[in-house]
Order: sequence, then C-alpha cells, then structure tokens
Amino acid sequence: MNPRRYGLAPAGLSFGLVLLSSCPSHFARADEFTKEDLARWQQEYMTVVDQGDRLFHGGLGNPNTVSCDQCHPNAANTHPETYPKFQKQLGKVAVLGEMINWCIMNPLEGEVLALDDPNMIALQAYILHERRGVALVPGRH
Amino acid sequence: MSMNRRRFLKAGGTLLAAGTLPISIVNASFGRSAHESFSFAYISDSHITHIKGNEFVRNWDRGLIRAISECNLLTPRPDFIIYGGDLAQLGTPEEIDHALDLMGGLRGKVHYVMGEHDYYLDLGEYWRKQLGPDHYSFDHKGVHFVVLNSILTYDTWTHGPWETPMARMKAMARLDNPNGSPFMVGAAQREWLRRDLDRVNRNTPVVVISHSPLQKIFKGWNFWTEDAEEIQALLKRFKTVTVLYGHVHQIQYNQIGNISFHAVMATAWPWPYPASYAQAESHLPKLTIEMNRADPFFERDATGWQMINLQTGNVDMHYLLADNRNRSVVFDRKLKRPLDARYRADADRIPPQVHF
Ligand SMILES: [Fe+2]
Ligand SMILES: [Fe+2]
Repeated sequence: MNPRRYGLAPAGLSFGLVLLSSCPSHFARADEFTKEDLARWQQEYMTVVDQGDRLFHGGLGNPNTVSCDQCHPNAANTHPETYPKFQKQLGKVAVLGEMINWCIMNPLEGEVLALDDPNMIALQAYILHERRGVALVPGRH
Repeated sequence: MSMNRRRFLKAGGTLLAAGTLPISIVNASFGRSAHESFSFAYISDSHITHIKGNEFVRNWDRGLIRAISECNLLTPRPDFIIYGGDLAQLGTPEEIDHALDLMGGLRGKVHYVMGEHDYYLDLGEYWRKQLGPDHYSFDHKGVHFVVLNSILTYDTWTHGPWETPMARMKAMARLDNPNGSPFMVGAAQREWLRRDLDRVNRNTPVVVISHSPLQKIFKGWNFWTEDAEEIQALLKRFKTVTVLYGHVHQIQYNQIGNISFHAVMATAWPWPYPASYAQAESHLPKLTIEMNRADPFFERDATGWQMINLQTGNVDMHYLLADNRNRSVVFDRKLKRPLDARYRADADRIPPQVHF
C-alpha cells in the first residue's frame, strides 16, 4: 500500500472542515431532516407508487381495456434502467415516458399523457419501484 | 417371455376379437418404433377480448386470424390441431363465441384445452357447453394423448367471498396478482389420469397436454402446477413422455427424467421471462434457450404457433414465429433431451436472446 495515499485523507478532511466553518451556520441546518420527515416522504412516494400500480393494472380507462400488466407483469421487461436510449422506431434517443406513451397509443389505443402528468409520474414511480436495486445502464439494448 | 410380450398377447387377444390391433402394441412387442409418423399443429393463448357490442381488441383478433391462416397453409396437413387454452380474456360467452367463430375458419379437427381465462367466470360452464369435457384422452396412430384441466386451484380460493364471478375472473386473469392462487390438476383428475394410464403399454409414446407447465418454474406468475410432482410420478413408468403446455406465452423446454417439456407460444402477446423480474427468483429450465426479446414496434413479434412432428415418439417442435427466423427444438436421442437446432453454445445466441 502506498503510504502517501494515507496522507491524502486527513488533508481532504481538513479542507472540508475549513469550507464548512466558512459557511453561515443556517446553511448547515437547512438540510437537516428527521426520521419523521423520512417516514412522511416515503409514505408520499409509496402513495404515488400505489397509484401507478392501479393505473398499470387496468386503471387508465382506455376504451379497449388492454392494460400494461398484460405484457409486463410486475412491470418486467420495461427496463427503466436503460433510458434514455435510442429507439430505432422513434428515430431518436427517448426517455421512458415517451415509450410509455407509445404503449398507451398503440396496444392500449388510448390518449397520450403529458410527461409531467401526475398519472405519467405515478406510472414511472411504479415501474421504477418494481425495478429497484438494478444498476443503471442508460443506452443499453 | 418378457412382461411386454405377455401383455401384448393378452391385450392382443381381446383386441383381435374386436377386430382392431393398434400398431403401437404390435410394434412395441418387437421393441421397435412404436407408431406411424405424423404431425399436428398447436395454437394457443389468443385472449380474445370483448370491448362492447360487436367490438373486440383488434390486435388479439389479428394474432389468432394469422395463426389460423398459416395453419391452413401447412403441408403436409397436420392430422389435427390442439388449441392450448386462454381462448378468451374474461371467459364471457361473447368472447368464447367470437373466438370459436374465428376458429371455424381452421381446417381440421381441433382438440381444446381449458385455460384459466376460459374458466374462472363460470367455472368453465359455457366453455364445456360449447366444447365438451375439459379432460379426456384419445389415441392417434399409436400415440396416447391426454388432455388435462390443470388450472384448477384450492376450493377455498375458488369459492371464496367474491362479490361477483367477474371479480374472481379478474383476480385470476391478473398474472402478477399477489392474492392469486396456484394452479393444480387436483386429486379427482389425478385419479382419473391414473386409471386412464393403467391401460396403456409402457412403450406407447404418451403426450400430456395441459395449460399450465406441470413443472414448477415461477409461482409468482403461475408458471407453476402445485401437484406437478404427483403427475410426473404417474408418468414415470413410460418410456417416452412429452408434456405440452401453454400459459407462459414464451419458448421454454426442459427434460425431467423420462419427460420432455415444451411450452407453446401465444398468438396474442409474449410474456417476459421470470428472471427479468428483479424482485423474485425463478427456476427457468437451464436447457431453455430463450426466444428473442419482443420488439414492441412489431405487434406480432415474439408470438407464434407450432408444427409438431412425432416421428420418433418424441416431439420435434417447429416454431412458426411471426417476425423472427423460425426455430426448431428437436429431441436428441444421444443426449436424451430437447435441443435447439441452431442456437446451442452461449456464443451461438444472438443479442435479442439475452434477457435481463
Ligand atoms: Fe394466456
Ligand atoms: Fe393462462
């Protein structure tokens, strides 16, 4: 092991401390949050995941009744970890929401959602939640 | 004198009196190939979906229509066609009637299998009214065929506190339902199967047809049959057994002891391999070389139908794929298991066969 590497860590630490002490003290407190905050945020998140789960399983109200889960049980094979990626048929690099809209338009024969539509956010929350823990591989096919 | 020879003479005596002598018994007694060569076609999982009035989901209609027209063009003609289950999406008379209207365009005798989507609205009543019993057997050119209803489940679930029969249907129709219930053949049908097989010579090739796999792959999506081991045990004494199943909407094959397993594809849509669900473990047979990942921009991609040859008593499976090169998975007599004719070593796989 290279002893000079050891020397770097305390040097970096002291540099950090210098930076911190030079900031006004209320900045340090602004980012503080409690276990209660964490629980509340998690609950907000899971509420949206559950809403996405319902939309994904037949809750979109598209007239032909086809639902996302018919091709993607547990949102499998949606591969949110690979976006943005080149979609040959769209002829460009696309985000997950654009592919969701493709599915809504084609097999579901429904109305597309704005990318910031709460339902679009909920669908993505559910899809990503079912894929949690998988490493990001943007661009992969 | 061998046991088989004695059995043959005994069976032959009674059968001769009736004026027929199945080829299987004649050939088996001399230890040769047990039957004539023939082929049959297999169509499955069309999930015909009623919207309202006379509207049905176009995409699923097109899949079945294309399978029917391609099967009508097959030469040599298949001796018969198996329909592997999930004709309907929610088991309504409208869906079953419309699907059977389409199936009316298919040339040849069809043997039907019950799928869960045909069953859980009225427990199969309308289906049976149109198509007859949901489990039966028949002999064809020396091969014994058995059709099972393998999508039953625990009575407590089936007869649970459902608000309506449609609520039960929708609960079972949702593949990833965490409150679903595992498929099974059940004790009554297992006893029927035991008796049915009792009169079959062990050298007669047996083909068992079910909707669910009769092996345990992934419980979360019911790629699973709860009493699979009990059924496998009933099939153990036969020299050549093949299980053919639908439900999984993908290429799968396996060998467990004397039994070869093959899935048939769906005409409606493909399903992901269970391993692509990151939150659970599956047991996809290691033998299986997966079908290509579906390109959603081709709506028939990763769907298909099959032509099956029974030349050797084992199944040679020829997949007719809508948007990929066709594949064949043929029983290898040296390895004693199904083997893909083209894709073998990992290096022979093409990029779309990598699932993740
Ligand atoms: Fe199906
Ligand atoms: Fe099924």
